[in-house]
Amino acid sequence: MPKVSLSHFEASVLFALLTSIVLGIVTKRSDRERVRYAVYCMACFMGAIFGLSWLMYLGHG
Amino acid sequence: MADKQQPAASGNWLAAVALAWIIPGGGHLLLKRPARGGLLAACVAAMFLLGLMMRGALFQPQSGDLLTTVIYTGGFIGNLLSGILYFLTVWLGYSQPDVAGHVHDYGTKFLVGAGLLNLLAMVDAFEIATGRKD
Repeated sequence: MPKVSLSHFEASVLFALLTSIVLGIVTKRSDRERVRYAVYCMACFMGAIFGLSWLMYLGHG
Repeated sequence: MADKQQPAASGNWLAAVALAWIIPGGGHLLLKRPARGGLLAACVAAMFLLGLMMRGALFQPQSGDLLTTVIYTGGFIGNLLSGILYFLTVWLGYSQPDVAGHVHDYGTKFLVGAGLLNLLAMVDAFEIATGRKD
């Protein structure tokens, strides 16, 4: 099994992507709704990633 | 991704949920939702394999104070929910100590996350099998 070394950002984005796809599939009833919800979840994850990253950066001074 | 919708048989939900646990996406395949099942299987497998490649640790149940019990037992259940991916990993001798480092930490979380995604897939399979969802 190859070993990978991802940055915080890369690992967070991969987690967000896979989770968004699954949330889209299991929560909505039509394909269109699923895609829209997956995109919405991904956008929320990205917002949280960048928001919390800036918060930690500014918090550390 | 437009699966052909077929009436779900409400009697076989246990088989669908059990199959969804053992083989991620298998419950959906059993219920004739191959596209959704394939996507779920791909996502769960990708997250689990990424966790392994990041050398994440697998949890073992531990008792002690409440927080230790919740974290380690919860983590173990999360790992277990990945079904065959977890069993194969253990049977093939994967053993990674819990070491410091953000990559290992992410790996550990990915391994548990894969199980939790599979739990969502199991609930979805249950809802399809009982006719609560198409």
